[in-house]
Amino acid sequence: MSSIAQKKGFGATIWDFMTTVDHKKIAILYLISGGFFFLVGGIEAMLIRIQLAKAGNDFLSAGTYNEIITMHGTTMIFLAAMPILLAFMNAIMPLQIGARDVAFPFLNSLGFWLFFFGGIFLNLSWFMGGAPDAGWTNYASLALASEGKGIDFYSLGLTISGFGTLIAGINFLVTIINMRAPGMTYMRMPLFTWTTFVASALILLAFPPLTVGLFFMVFDRMFDSNFFAVEMGGNTIIWEHLFWIFGHPEVYILILPAFGIFSEIFAIFSRKRLFGYTALVFATILIGFYGFMVWAHHMFTVGLGPTANAVFALATMIIAVPTGIKIFNWLLTIWGGNISFTVPMIYAVAFIPSFVAGGVTGVMQAIAPLDYQLHDSYFIVAHFHYVIVGGVVLAILAGTHLYWPKMFGTMLSEKLGKWTFWFFFIGFHLTFFIQHFLGLMGMPRRVYTFGADQGWDLFNAISSAGAVLMAIGIIILLVNVVMTTIKNERVGNDPWGDGRTLEWAIPSPPPFYNFAQTPLVRGLDTFWIEKMEGNKKGMIFAEPLGDIHMPNNSFIPFVISLGMFIASFGALYFLDDDKPWALPVLIIGLLITFGSMLVRSLKDDLGFHITKAELLEDAKGGKTDGH
Amino acid sequence: MDINQKYTPQSWPDHPETATMEGKNKFIGFWLLLAAETVTFASLFATYLALKDKGPSGMEFSAAGLFELPLVFAMTMILLTSSLTSVYAMYHMKNHNFKAMQAWLGITVLLGATFLGLEIYEFNHYVHLGFGFTNSAFSSAFYVLVGTHGAHVLFGLSWFIALMLRNAKRGLNMYNAPKFYLASLYWHFIDVVWVFIFTVVYLMGVIG
Repeated sequence: MSSIAQKKGFGATIWDFMTTVDHKKIAILYLISGGFFFLVGGIEAMLIRIQLAKAGNDFLSAGTYNEIITMHGTTMIFLAAMPILLAFMNAIMPLQIGARDVAFPFLNSLGFWLFFFGGIFLNLSWFMGGAPDAGWTNYASLALASEGKGIDFYSLGLTISGFGTLIAGINFLVTIINMRAPGMTYMRMPLFTWTTFVASALILLAFPPLTVGLFFMVFDRMFDSNFFAVEMGGNTIIWEHLFWIFGHPEVYILILPAFGIFSEIFAIFSRKRLFGYTALVFATILIGFYGFMVWAHHMFTVGLGPTANAVFALATMIIAVPTGIKIFNWLLTIWGGNISFTVPMIYAVAFIPSFVAGGVTGVMQAIAPLDYQLHDSYFIVAHFHYVIVGGVVLAILAGTHLYWPKMFGTMLSEKLGKWTFWFFFIGFHLTFFIQHFLGLMGMPRRVYTFGADQGWDLFNAISSAGAVLMAIGIIILLVNVVMTTIKNERVGNDPWGDGRTLEWAIPSPPPFYNFAQTPLVRGLDTFWIEKMEGNKKGMIFAEPLGDIHMPNNSFIPFVISLGMFIASFGALYFLDDDKPWALPVLIIGLLITFGSMLVRSLKDDLGFHITKAELLEDAKGGKTDGH
Repeated sequence: MDINQKYTPQSWPDHPETATMEGKNKFIGFWLLLAAETVTFASLFATYLALKDKGPSGMEFSAAGLFELPLVFAMTMILLTSSLTSVYAMYHMKNHNFKAMQAWLGITVLLGATFLGLEIYEFNHYVHLGFGFTNSAFSSAFYVLVGTHGAHVLFGLSWFIALMLRNAKRGLNMYNAPKFYLASLYWHFIDVVWVFIFTVVYLMGVIG
């Protein structure tokens, strides 16, 4: 198989992406699908804000409104934020540790396609009898009473995409444990790799409870079991526990990689080594650890009793400590640095006050008696949007600008990027800051409308105006992406000029084997060390040039995921008497999945070798775009 | 790694399951998967304990009245023995004795299949008593916990059989040694879970 660039047709490109096991291409798939779902979730957000723009609005019916808030939350968390972060993890983490690919390239592809089909399945609910409408938390007491198939789409879709995420988590963990280049000790790993590592561990331990809860939901609704059916001895609180044992670590799964991206940005654009690297690493681990001990703070008002509430309140407050350590480390990284305010850096600087505001309201809610007042009000909505948008989404936008050249070989326009930033940042605070006060004034969350006499109209109108600004920001970003792609001005290895870690030492985008020779790592910020010592190659090598072993492409991950997708339709209509085809569809789908797994198991797949001669040719000819 | 390379017991490495990079990755990855499986079963156990003996008012079934130890004890012994025979199989795998490995794996599969047969018999028995899946919260929790374990046994058996058939003609090499090793690791995990099921569901059930 030659590594020499060839001009490929459209069909061949599509086929290449459907079968690829290259972590950089899978990253692009994650980014495109995550970006698509981000737009879908954004449109849903706009519909919510239009509905709430004035008192007594009838733009959406109450039922449709419930579907939209449910799908907005579910889409943004599971199908937009997490996949886009997985895109950056896939694109950058293997490069940062000097690896040629992830540990399990085949599983990497499988993880993506499971997520993709799960997401598509969930969103098909809009066209097939109604979307889920019990909120993204899908509390069993609401969900069991929901008519139609919406909740079933939710349970089955998230089960499939959850498997995909779990697979990705295991893959990243093994990659970081086993595939680090010589000299890349744990305490020399860039912070984005560290946060990927801890977030993956959280994925590993947090997704199984969700899967179990979703299975209970599937069984209760489709196969008449009684886990949550109170009259049959069931208990709906079990769902709440399982959901939040997943759900709280989930917010750290989102925010830790965001912290990682910002840590990289602060160091790069302050031209300084990260202040307190060790403290940042241990704070990351501590946040991951505590993340599993606080789930019941979402359930203070359930009535678990004062002892449980006190324990979870204290555990929640403790989390503020490692997070505070991080904030101060970032501030001290900027302090005295040679700062350049590029677009990623502006996002990073804006992130600090925004996220701190979200953190402070979080500690307020940790006070259990106060939470009785704040619970289910717009104060909660304001809080979690401050941490998710002010933390995760700002990181995603910053990361998009920072890593775009490494992923695509072109630079997004700084000028348009700054316009995006200002529209989005002002719009964000305009939308959500005022919602704190709406909450304190008594406006409950998840209501589809309110009366003119309740005094909430002005603040809601302001909030909706802010949402328009955010939408304009995102549209400018899309324009930026299109213009950059059309211009297609290629950039070199280190387009920001101040890259510190290994990914900036190789071409943008890197050749499909990443490193012709595995680098030897001599310290934290490897590339920076080599640059400072005048090493023109940007790295020193741990091995002579030789043959490289690479994995084969495979179509099987797509087929396995497709089988699950088909089987889900069978499960969906299993109980309907007028659909006798449901059971055969369920069986056929599972046969496709397990059959293709068997093929994968029985058929030897030994990969192939790139020869030394081809690598030399590549180095001379200069240009590689995979194969 | 060359799949056609021939080994003798002398040239065969001490730890063939982790002798290659692929093997090392699979080894760590599989242990991590078992961590996720542990959390899965922990969730199922917690749910079972919360819903034990819970049902519609006037439900006639309770753990103390329903479960009978002799059959379950026999199942436990059979599954524990199958774990031992899979250890023998791995002992021979590490000594590059393919035939003995296949033989012990065959015995493991037979014991596992016997266990599964007895479990199906047991479930069938309960259903005939009227303790079906939809009977109560207790029955749902019981069948999902024990049934999930049973599904794991079925998967483990299929995995062993597929590996044995696929490699029957070509013997051990560095490509399939990690596969055999992981399948047996999976089998041990299934066994450990059953020990907890025997304790938490059956023993603690019978003593009330």
